[in-house]
Amino acid sequence: MRRWTTFLLVLWLPLSAMAGEARPVAEDPVLEQRMIALSEDLRCLVCQNESLAGSRADLAQDLRQEIREQMRAGKSDQEVIAYLTQRYGDFVLYKPPLKPLTWLLWFGPFVLLIGAAGGLYAYLKRRTSRLADDSLSEEEKKRVTDLLANNGNK
Amino acid sequence: MIPELGNFALIVALLMALTQSILPLAGAARNIPSWMSVARPAARAQSLFVAIAFACLAYSFLSNDFSVINVTQHSYSRLPAVYRFTATWGSHEGSLLLWTLILGLWTFAVTLFSRHLPDDMVARVIGVMGLVSCGLLLFMLLTSNPFLRMPMAPDGSDLNPLLQDPGMVIHPPILYMGYVGFSVAFAFALAALISGKLDASWARWSRPWTTAAWSFLTLGIMMGSWWAYYELGWGGWWFWDPTENASLMPWLVGTALIHSLAVTEKRGSFKAWTVLLAIAAFSLSLLGTFLVRSGVLSSVHSFASDPARGLFILAFLAVVIGGSLLLFAFRANQVGLGGRFALVSRESFLMANNILLLTACGSVLLGTLYPLFIDALGLGKISVGPPYFNSVFVPLVLPLLFLVGVGPLARWKQASVPDLVSRLKWGFAASVVVALLLPFTMGAWKPMVAVGYLSALWIVVGVAINVQSRLRSGAGWSANFYGMNLAHLGVAVTVIGITMVSAYESERNVRMIVGDTITLQGYTFRFNGVKHIDGPNYTAERGALEVTRNGNPVTILYPEKRTYLASGMPFSDSAINYGFTRDLYTALGEPLDGGAWSVRLFHKPFVVWIWIGAVLMALGGVLAISDRRYRAALRKQGRAVA
Amino acid sequence: MKRFLIPLGIFIVLVGFLAVGLKLDPREVPSPLIGKSAPDFNLPLLSDPARHLSPADLRGKVWLFNVWASWCTSCRQEHETLLEISRQGNLPIYGMDYKDQPADALAVLGSMGNPYVETVVDLDGRVGINYGVYGVPESYLIDKNGIIRFKFTGPLSREGFDKKILPLVKELQK
Repeated sequence: MRRWTTFLLVLWLPLSAMAGEARPVAEDPVLEQRMIALSEDLRCLVCQNESLAGSRADLAQDLRQEIREQMRAGKSDQEVIAYLTQRYGDFVLYKPPLKPLTWLLWFGPFVLLIGAAGGLYAYLKRRTSRLADDSLSEEEKKRVTDLLANNGNK
Repeated sequence: MIPELGNFALIVALLMALTQSILPLAGAARNIPSWMSVARPAARAQSLFVAIAFACLAYSFLSNDFSVINVTQHSYSRLPAVYRFTATWGSHEGSLLLWTLILGLWTFAVTLFSRHLPDDMVARVIGVMGLVSCGLLLFMLLTSNPFLRMPMAPDGSDLNPLLQDPGMVIHPPILYMGYVGFSVAFAFALAALISGKLDASWARWSRPWTTAAWSFLTLGIMMGSWWAYYELGWGGWWFWDPTENASLMPWLVGTALIHSLAVTEKRGSFKAWTVLLAIAAFSLSLLGTFLVRSGVLSSVHSFASDPARGLFILAFLAVVIGGSLLLFAFRANQVGLGGRFALVSRESFLMANNILLLTACGSVLLGTLYPLFIDALGLGKISVGPPYFNSVFVPLVLPLLFLVGVGPLARWKQASVPDLVSRLKWGFAASVVVALLLPFTMGAWKPMVAVGYLSALWIVVGVAINVQSRLRSGAGWSANFYGMNLAHLGVAVTVIGITMVSAYESERNVRMIVGDTITLQGYTFRFNGVKHIDGPNYTAERGALEVTRNGNPVTILYPEKRTYLASGMPFSDSAINYGFTRDLYTALGEPLDGGAWSVRLFHKPFVVWIWIGAVLMALGGVLAISDRRYRAALRKQGRAVA
Repeated sequence: MKRFLIPLGIFIVLVGFLAVGLKLDPREVPSPLIGKSAPDFNLPLLSDPARHLSPADLRGKVWLFNVWASWCTSCRQEHETLLEISRQGNLPIYGMDYKDQPADALAVLGSMGNPYVETVVDLDGRVGINYGVYGVPESYLIDKNGIIRFKFTGPLSREGFDKKILPLVKELQK
């Protein structure tokens, strides 16, 4: 390895003459962009908690290549996703599809929010009325005793 | 010899923790002052012995004692000394010891700064913290002893390369300071529930502790995010990984707790709710530990998982959290209602904030555990990842940001909507105009950018109006007030960072031979080739990228592709040029044919703002703790008790 | 009083799920191919690259399709089990050498013994993707009509085979 780099360094000057604007690694950058965008939402199966886009695992590279080829063959994103779920199941999808099994997942947070907001509103109303009752009666009591005391003085 | 000493210290610490919890709690219940007075010395002794155990383990790592299994598995003779030290908590056992050590530190701090508190309160708080220490020490001694030995191994198998990083020196301790710090608020809450004395003074005592823990947790999460950014090699800063979620959940509830404590302290309202949040914040810290340690959810970060340990932690969780919630259920209804307030008031705004924060936390919890629920019910396997969290979290956070702007301006008890509107209308109009126009300067107008800017500017406007009216009113310095505003400004800064980097980051993945250039957002990168270098415990190919802008040199970046000697693990070490308005991020890919290398380059606008904002939030917390009000109030109470 | 019990209730449910979760393996991914036809392929044989094998050739037989490779260390763990199964002769095992050098694979079979009736070679891993292979070794039980009935991920143990696969084999062979 080291010899190889020194070799490169020796060749540095003549090489630099041929050097120019770097080319993208991918043959088709637009398609590559589309592949990465799609594979960011897919899970790498071997490494478990990485996306297909980010993983360096062997299988992830193969699957990215597969996606690339299918896209090149004109398949839509949906078709590519269907291809993968037929083989690996919903497990590969980082964005679980909306179906009865995932209703709680997708609607849960918003139901929770509406429920909590409603609960808070009801609680505040009840609380205010309870406090109002309490303090009014106390005030009344005080007024009653004051009046009584004044009357007695008179 | 030293590992045996460490083991012995752990056993003594357990005995001390038992003393620290049983005697003071019993003493407080039966009102026996001599038993209660055991709390402080026992707690200090417990912390001391845990510290001795920790020092012994650190010594074993530093001295390359490969007869200790833990050292053999997580260290290496050629590992640099600083990483041998951090390897002390690089393992499951070691990180538990760090957890316990930090719990000891917090307990020690409580023994120091509690002179003004009534004796029974101190005894109960320290007793509850002692119970938690007991659980952890038992867990360590029974299932995860860091000092187990075996015949001397020739050498270790090295620390995970991801953890061999300067960030890992301070990130775990700071994060744990946050997690474990909530134990103080938890102990105060339980002590108040046990004694039945839930009043405003309880809230005032808990507030600085909670804010301190929250500040640490904020910093810890920020460091974790930054670490993931430069270490994982593709420049993301948040991955919604279970480990990250485990730290975010207590943060969200902790944030809610800080705000709810403010109401309880100032107005005496929401006492039961505040107590519940204090229990929840610490419970989520424990739950986070469980999720990461047990292997229930696999994660890139979870470096130790073992169902037997999982069972122990689960039992521990059930006792600690279940017990506290049961106590809560019995005592919470005895709590009074507190001060009166109208539907539109600071109190209501703070409650709305709490609901949004808790819903956000609930969504993270739901998303993290949903695959487990489905699997446990035998309904198959699904994954819940970043697309879910992003689409659920963002809509919940936006109204929260709106509240950050308006909430602090509302009056306690009763706020008037017309008054708020008249104070904020010009600021709001200005934010809208600027938010609509600013994205144009970036080249492409995107709706999400406008929304992000609007939220951030709205907060800035709110803070400015609030500070201005305070100055005009002639009120003096209040650390609490300015701390809050600083933290809110931090939120705005983070929002700008997130908005900018998500909308405008650009990336190139190119093939480069020596002399090749590539231009990205006005920066030209010239590839000067690759050099072989030998690190202490790795070898690497180091690329050199000369960066210029309009012909002026900017920097030279040296991304590396390393191979670690002991594990043979390949590892890509990125090189970053940090900047206030943009980061230039480079990573070396694979060698390609013809002497070329694949190189990944990113231009990330405003990405450091994300972490600057988090630091501002933490600083705001620190500022708020320094408020004289707490100490003045403490002194007064101290005198009253004396 | 009742509403203060809600947090405890939620927590108890959570603990229940976590307790069940401790017994589950988050790394195991169930195959959606169970009950569906085994994906078709036509691959060269390891023993003679000129000849090819396809699942259609095995119609009428119950067979075990075992995906392995010479670079896969956990495949060594199950090798003995596979040899035992093949010696008993109840269930023919067909191997697929996955993303491997044929010469290395032949060397492994030469030194450790060959449990396979035949091994096909999947050089680029394409067929592996069609079968949803994500971690070698993996074994598929395929029935007389070419339907996948069972999938096992990871090294097969003798007990695992006897408990999970053998009863199913007997059922399918009836």
